[in-house]
Amino acid sequence: MNRAAVPPPLLDIRGLEKRFGGLLATDRVDLQIRAGEVHALIGPNGAGKTTLIAQLGGQLASDHGRIVFDADDITRLSPHQRARRGLVRSFQVTRLFGSASVLDNVALAVQAVAGHSFAAWRPVRREQALFARAAAVLDDVGLAAKAGSGIAALSHGERRALEVGLALASRPRLVLLDEPMAGLGPDESARMERLIGKVRQSSSVLLVEHDVDAVFRLADRVSVLVGGRLIATGAPTEVRSDPNVIAAYLGDDEAHLGGSGAPEAQRR
Amino acid sequence: MATLPSDVAAPADPPSGDVGIAAEAGGFPRPTTRLDRSLAIGFGLVALLLPFLLEALGAGYYLSLASRIVIYAIAATSLNLVLGYAGLVSFGHAAFVGLGAYATGILVSEGVVGSGWHLLATLAVTGLAALLIGAISLRTRGVYFIMITLAFAQMLFYLANSVKGYGGDEGLNIRARSVLGFGAVAIDLKNPYVLWYVAVGVLGASLLALARFGPSRLGRAVLALRDDDVRAEALGFPTYRLKLVVFVVAGALGGIAGALSVNLQGYVSPNVLHWTQSGTLMVMVILGGVATVWGGLVGAAALLLLQEVLSAYTEHWEFWTGWVLLAVVLFARQGLVGLLGSAGRSAAAAPR
Repeated sequence: MNRAAVPPPLLDIRGLEKRFGGLLATDRVDLQIRAGEVHALIGPNGAGKTTLIAQLGGQLASDHGRIVFDADDITRLSPHQRARRGLVRSFQVTRLFGSASVLDNVALAVQAVAGHSFAAWRPVRREQALFARAAAVLDDVGLAAKAGSGIAALSHGERRALEVGLALASRPRLVLLDEPMAGLGPDESARMERLIGKVRQSSSVLLVEHDVDAVFRLADRVSVLVGGRLIATGAPTEVRSDPNVIAAYLGDDEAHLGGSGAPEAQRR
Repeated sequence: MATLPSDVAAPADPPSGDVGIAAEAGGFPRPTTRLDRSLAIGFGLVALLLPFLLEALGAGYYLSLASRIVIYAIAATSLNLVLGYAGLVSFGHAAFVGLGAYATGILVSEGVVGSGWHLLATLAVTGLAALLIGAISLRTRGVYFIMITLAFAQMLFYLANSVKGYGGDEGLNIRARSVLGFGAVAIDLKNPYVLWYVAVGVLGASLLALARFGPSRLGRAVLALRDDDVRAEALGFPTYRLKLVVFVVAGALGGIAGALSVNLQGYVSPNVLHWTQSGTLMVMVILGGVATVWGGLVGAAALLLLQEVLSAYTEHWEFWTGWVLLAVVLFARQGLVGLLGSAGRSAAAAPR
């Protein structure tokens, strides 16, 4: 609450809106992400989480409002310009470079922000630094043994790990992770949780996730999005006991509060 | 004359990971393969010796067919850059070939022959046209991109039909030919041997550039956006600018092919701009091998030779080439070059 005491946020979202026809998918959202924090964004299906991530990543243009990243207004910047400033996202539906090897996927992610990509004569394979960084990322996400494989040879869990790895490869200042644990088994989820714990040492994280238990373990602060509006932001314990949040989303442990997709939160 | 891709030095391997398997299973291109080297040597030998060989066999007529193949190969190679490497289904590539042919044809018919300036003008015209068409059409995707590139090409087709001063629908005959003169050296394209060596020189240089492009930063960025341009953009690649660069370079190279073709035939008609010409170039690329260095050349040679042989027996040769195309699309994912490649490494593990 005491705004004056905290340093300026890394990401400052003011009055952000997105309308699809008659649907207000993002409704005057104000949200601040602090440097160094893991900030979780939760909410029922259809709450507008992925829309908000797409607005922050630049895939969707916003109708109103401002996005300020590291004191620069980035509201009108294209996705690649945002990525080059250190704001990188991952995708809920895995998007990989299907004809490249696992190592080449990550090497591309490193190349994308390291120098320009208009050199057409020198083979990239001579760029040791680029592949050294890519190999280190594969180590981090636990795919070092698969470096030479094609994407088709990866399991779903491995693809999700690589999906996150691509977003991390450029050492972003803020990484937007859109449901990194979607569809993962318990072991894989635990591994992903450890990975996110490691990511926070170098990046701030905005984490969209349905697994509420994981969210409350990982996040410094949690925001709850329902019907395009933020209904609460705060420390996990505060949010957990917020009556509005309970009514709209979390429910108590047993009850499914029907209607707005609450059962999703209990999914294992 | 023709610089060959075999000059490319063997690459250092990346510090970790065995990428060999992925690369062979249609992964990102490696600097050179054994197939590249054998094809380069074969191309170099044919390029240098074919005129003498045909002369010795008393089959000089075939040099014109061979030149036609080489010129089509340049055009198909330029389309492969857009269609294969960047994954942009441009259905209007004939526009640039035709524009190049008309630009050179009109300048030569106006008496601007010497010094090669008119060829630079041709390059500028086609490059600029590609910049304009690309800047607009690359803002769309999918079917819309196909339609808008087609629409631009058809606009130019009707324009060429209606310009009576330069032949209109009957086409434009030129009596003179381009002379590339720089100082004391004058390279006159009227001489069919000179035209042949210039054409294989252009093709050789294009193939070398393409072989270098694939494994370069630019080439890999372009392949990445072909695989998933939303992801490529999200990671920091300026995808629109990358596509535009590829589109303009391909358009200009297509224009060079057009300039050579008007010099070969002494004639240009609106038909070179027709959408069926764009279709023919696409067939060549798919037949030869999408996103392969040699796909354009192999596809152009295969289609034109097939046409030459079949048309001796039947008027309906297109019916039979259709079957060949069908077979290639169904059974050889990387076209004839892919077949050559897998035949060449029978001992290696089978690609997926």
